Amino acid sequence: MNALLALEDGRHFQGRAFGSTGTSCGEICFNTSMTGYQEILTDPSYRGQIVTMTYPLIGNYGVSNLDSESNYPHVRGFVIEELCDAPSNWRSEQSLDSYLHDHDIIGIQGIDTRSLTRHIRERGAMKALLTTEDIPAEEACQRAGSSDGVVGMDFVREVTTSETYRWDPDNLLSREWTLVNPANQDSQSDDGNHYHPLPDPDYRIVAYDFGIKHNILRRLRQAGFLVDVVNARTAATDVLAMNPDGVFLSNGPGDPDALGDIHKEIGTLIGKLPVFGICLGHQILGHALGGKTFKLKFGHRGGNQPVKDLRTGAVAITSQNHGFAVDAESLPAGIEVTHINLNDETVEGLRSTNHPTFSVQYHPEAAPGPHDASYFFSEFAKLIEQER
Amino acid sequence: MPKDTNLEKILLIGSGPIVIGQGCEFDYSGVQACKALREEGYCVVLVNSNPATIMTDPEFADRTYIEPVTPEVVEKIIIKEKPDALLPTLGGQTGLNTAMDLVRLGILEKYGVKLIGANAEAIEKGEDRLAFKEAMLKIGLDLPQSGVAHTIEEGIKISREIATTTNKQFPLIIRPAYTLGGSGGGIAYNREELEEILARGLDMSPVTEVLIEESLLGWKEYEMEVMRDRNDNCVVICSIENLDPMGIHTGDSITVAPAQTLSDKEYQIMRDASFAVIREIGVETGGSNIQFSVDPETGRMIVIEMNPRVSRSSALASKATGFPIAKIAAKLAVGYTLDELPNDITKKTPASFEPTIDYCVVKVPRFTFEKFPTADPVLTTQMKSVGEAMAIGRTFKEAMQKALRSLEIDRYGFGADGKGKNISISDPAEIHEKIAVPNAERIFYLRSAFAIGMSVPEIFEITGIDPWFLRQLQQIYETEQKIAAGKEFIPMREAKKLGFSDRQLAHLTGKTELEIRAARKSDGIIPTYRLVDTCAAEFEAFTPYYYSTYGDEDEARDSDKKKIMILGGGPNRIGQGIEFDYCCVHAAFALKELGFETIMVNSNPETVSTDYDTSDKLYFEPLTLEDVLNIHEGERPWGTIVQFGGQTPLNLADDLEKSGVTIIGTSPASIELAEDRKFFSSLLDKLSLKQADAGTATSEDEAVAIAHRISYPVLVRPSFVLGGRAMMIVHDDDELREYMRSAVEASPERPVLVDRFLEDATEVDVDVISDGETSVIGAIMEHIEQAGVHSGDSACVIPPFSLSGEMQDEIRIAAKSLAKELKVCGLMNVQFAVKDEELYVIEVNPRASRTVPFVSKAIGIPLAKIAAKVMAGEKLTDLGFTEEVVPEHYSVKEAVFPFVKFPGIDIVLGPEMKATGEVMGIDPDLGMAYAKSQMAASAALPLEGNLFISVKDRDKPQAVEIARDYHALGFSIFSTAGTAQFLEKSGIPVTRLFKLAEKRRPNVLDMIKNGEVDFIINTPSADRSPRADEITIRSTAVANAVPVMTNLRAAQASVMAIKSLQKGALEVSPLQDYHAG
Repeated sequence: MNALLALEDGRHFQGRAFGSTGTSCGEICFNTSMTGYQEILTDPSYRGQIVTMTYPLIGNYGVSNLDSESNYPHVRGFVIEELCDAPSNWRSEQSLDSYLHDHDIIGIQGIDTRSLTRHIRERGAMKALLTTEDIPAEEACQRAGSSDGVVGMDFVREVTTSETYRWDPDNLLSREWTLVNPANQDSQSDDGNHYHPLPDPDYRIVAYDFGIKHNILRRLRQAGFLVDVVNARTAATDVLAMNPDGVFLSNGPGDPDALGDIHKEIGTLIGKLPVFGICLGHQILGHALGGKTFKLKFGHRGGNQPVKDLRTGAVAITSQNHGFAVDAESLPAGIEVTHINLNDETVEGLRSTNHPTFSVQYHPEAAPGPHDASYFFSEFAKLIEQER
Repeated sequence: MPKDTNLEKILLIGSGPIVIGQGCEFDYSGVQACKALREEGYCVVLVNSNPATIMTDPEFADRTYIEPVTPEVVEKIIIKEKPDALLPTLGGQTGLNTAMDLVRLGILEKYGVKLIGANAEAIEKGEDRLAFKEAMLKIGLDLPQSGVAHTIEEGIKISREIATTTNKQFPLIIRPAYTLGGSGGGIAYNREELEEILARGLDMSPVTEVLIEESLLGWKEYEMEVMRDRNDNCVVICSIENLDPMGIHTGDSITVAPAQTLSDKEYQIMRDASFAVIREIGVETGGSNIQFSVDPETGRMIVIEMNPRVSRSSALASKATGFPIAKIAAKLAVGYTLDELPNDITKKTPASFEPTIDYCVVKVPRFTFEKFPTADPVLTTQMKSVGEAMAIGRTFKEAMQKALRSLEIDRYGFGADGKGKNISISDPAEIHEKIAVPNAERIFYLRSAFAIGMSVPEIFEITGIDPWFLRQLQQIYETEQKIAAGKEFIPMREAKKLGFSDRQLAHLTGKTELEIRAARKSDGIIPTYRLVDTCAAEFEAFTPYYYSTYGDEDEARDSDKKKIMILGGGPNRIGQGIEFDYCCVHAAFALKELGFETIMVNSNPETVSTDYDTSDKLYFEPLTLEDVLNIHEGERPWGTIVQFGGQTPLNLADDLEKSGVTIIGTSPASIELAEDRKFFSSLLDKLSLKQADAGTATSEDEAVAIAHRISYPVLVRPSFVLGGRAMMIVHDDDELREYMRSAVEASPERPVLVDRFLEDATEVDVDVISDGETSVIGAIMEHIEQAGVHSGDSACVIPPFSLSGEMQDEIRIAAKSLAKELKVCGLMNVQFAVKDEELYVIEVNPRASRTVPFVSKAIGIPLAKIAAKVMAGEKLTDLGFTEEVVPEHYSVKEAVFPFVKFPGIDIVLGPEMKATGEVMGIDPDLGMAYAKSQMAASAALPLEGNLFISVKDRDKPQAVEIARDYHALGFSIFSTAGTAQFLEKSGIPVTRLFKLAEKRRPNVLDMIKNGEVDFIINTPSADRSPRADEITIRSTAVANAVPVMTNLRAAQASVMAIKSLQKGALEVSPLQDYHAG
């Protein structure tokens, strides 16, 4: 079946459909990771977006339940060069095609994703329409243009939990997955998978769910946190009433500027509890601390972004997924920029010099991507320990 | 941290001659290192014995020593130069080993030279098997399960333990302790075999000990290219997945970048493990290569080995990603950190990142088993390939097909080209065997397997090749079948996206290549050129490094400059190696100097020519008519150079010209004329030059008739080949008929040349440069070996040492008049034979020859550069090169052979070239220059000791004189009956040894193995089929690193060399001093 990807500026690409059928609109963005398509599809931060992968061969190792970052995929569409029809990996449970079909996500393959990527790089992020229906290209482009896009959009509402819940009370979901290794006596195994054992929990925190990825929750638990996950619009007073050791602000989709009410609640928490934010959580913290955010021309999405820790000089290769960034100029006194992106020198991390509060723009939990920055979870534990 | 300003002078050790397993990738890394260090203002001292390298060009280092790469010689250089530091990690295994020897001998400490890049402890840990194993266990990485047994019972117990931990009983690998080359070991697939091999192994081991190890045969194999800086920042430059599973050397495997079948979870664990390895081993700065093996059933990941240095794979990774590993490694070694260095390609982003690629890269090894018909063609863990081709495509299928047509083995993709006649689909048993037992043609047999209806699971079961790769190949096959059947319409663009060449489409549809091309172009289906940009288009790239694909947008940038396109040589092979790449690189440099925009086209990832820094634009593409014309149509260069890349571009010259390409320099017509026997004979007549009687045969009977007319022995060979492919000296009708039937396919277009063979003649090579008006001799090279040994295999000397002045003048006149008559514009090589003071012309090649780099270094004039300028229209008089330079010093070129990699094959030299590389010895004294060349090539000549001599009857009178010389030098002479008798009669004291055939001990083999023989002179009893025991003696000597001379001229030259060595100490001098003023 044919499929069409139409951009709001009139450019369009013909390809072949896979996954599901129909029509879908969203902001088109590209991700440069060579592995990890399943984690990307299921990352709630991609809500409202049609994602294209710059690596042309996708679906090679299939789909495995363990690799999902939430309960279902969130992208509005998936755009690739060549779909693998016969995945090969000992963990593969399903092909990408059938997975997207099951979750009603439209895919398009057979298009020149490098041309598309260069177009986005030159023209910036833009709205797009993906369809398997017989819509003339010109009309499709117009419909893309009149769709909602991302700016000013609150997608958090769509992905946050409706009710407060305790993450992984049975300690089954958080163990760190690893490979079988006869030399490693510690690892636990079930269902043919192997895991590093979990430590006993030391702290109890509240995590604001703006679209939280499972691996953040796993990493928090691995670092010794019991996590109560709450709705994005939980009042600060309610959180304080839960008497946690700290507050975590999760990643999530959409424009941080559109979440003014949340900025205010978080602002109330600063100084009262240790706070750690990732990605959208970092941007919200930026606002809460009195700063501003702006939209990047085409975002940082990939697993090879160099981030420098300005305090140590160390460079980490990081996993990133953000279309907005905190404006360094907007930050008031008392807020220190701790990390920058070496590619464009935008803010990648900040901390308050007055309060136990810090955040990073990128994804220390990886999934997908390198593990270089995973130490932040234990940093948060240390911070809480100091405050106790 | 900025660079270390305490250092001023840095010593770099090159990798020496090109051998199997250590190719020109180390010239690429060495050149990058030299450039990077000099850019930072350091004084670079370089030692490398290989004259064909770019790195040994005097402008790349401050002090360039073309001297043997041995600890003794490097010590002399250290004494003379007093460097502050030694960078050991860029010269391959040779560089690393030599550096370690210098450490162990205390030389570095003595002279206060600091190792930079990697310290001795780290190198030791990475290289020593036991130390490496311990280090890996310490960081919790998985290794093959194993145990040591001293009895069969113990062995069986261990096998059970292994089975318990791995859930798999067999196969098991049994390695006896302390047996030569692991003999007595094996792979057990069942209990019975286990007991049998245990019994044998324990018996053969002098300490009754065997290692029993879990087998990883058939597991998936991966490589990670990792870099680290002194701030402990680590990055992965590239991941590589081997198509061929464990059991085949990675150099002999088809490999793919990036890894294809690892999920992110698995990939990140491998990445973490790679960093753990480089940290634990302690490589402070620079690049390392770490190999992993993955169980396809459980994902279990085992670390196999690491190289604490840049490697063949890092050259591949650099070309595959655009990230210059060697250059960055050199800068990290002097103190920079990754974030302080810019990414060359994007210019705006730093080098502290991990390249991400948006294409697929396939590397395919190039083999030359046809050169060694008696060698075992099965691929194992011992590397046997001599070169490689790399291709880039947007899909694996496109890259794979491009890589296969880049190999230049007359294949135009994954089959479907009407070639490969020996690969049939009529014999399923043969196909099963050929895919089960790894061999050079296995990839094509996979197609045959699909053709007989085998499924992916079936083939996976037999080959262990991951189903992902098999499915991809199957898709190519299925498309091919659809195109051929013609029932289902496959759009041309679809086929091109899968990498099908016009040649394949022509074969499948019964059209000609040019018809397909015309149809394709009229439909607007032309390739688009894409940038290798390190970042998957996230940032704008500035370096014009391109590959073709059939996409939507062409990223090639046009310019108003006058352009010249240089066609490279493709994959290295015996007969066409680094020397031709050297010429192409020089052309790029020279033409840049003249203000041209240079465009390089090549498919060889090991080379300097495919460094994006070498030319203004780099097209990493196959060197086929289709691919070259495509680039040409986009770029429209003013001229194209075909005479520098060896036979590869020359074979295309005619068709290129017909398609409107302007070939600059000597015209293809002239080049062709030189191959035309009739024309050539009349040309020689016109110039009153002699040649051996000859004829041109297009059939067997014709060949025999010619042989009868000119009388045996005759030299036979096909026309249009390099490296003496299928060239032979034949002595009678039977041999000749057999040759015509089996060795060549004679045809009117490709006739066989039959020449009278000039026995015992002296061979002379001459390189000439001409601009059509002026011709200048580059050098006259006198061969050590007699005519009949391929010029690429023989040692030669500049200036001539035995030719009379008159003869040399006659040679000069002859060479210049040939250049004039052939209207040479550029370089020309002539081979002469001198017999009884008569000059014969053997052949003329109006193109760059293998000797150009050697000559350039001997005379201190960059011939290839001058030739390129001449081809672009400059005159020699304007360039100031009008006089032949006859140097005061002697330069000896010696060939280097791969015999040690093919145990048991005969090492005797003949008209078919077998050398993989060359070295140069340079010294004011001829004997010393020859001694240096021998020292650099393989085993150093002995100064004293036991000489074993055994020669054929015809050589015996002359052997007496040679034996007398060795006796006078102080050698004890040993011999077997025949030669001994002769020597005794002439009063030379000789100890008799038993012949192998006498079946009595001790014989010469025992002596060789016991280290009691220091030198061997052994000439083959017959030219055609030497006796088996001679072959055994010679190959055993090679395996035990005892120098062997297989002809008397080399034995004679060695006398002179040993005399010089006995007389005085070897001294070293840099090229800059030889050519000063």
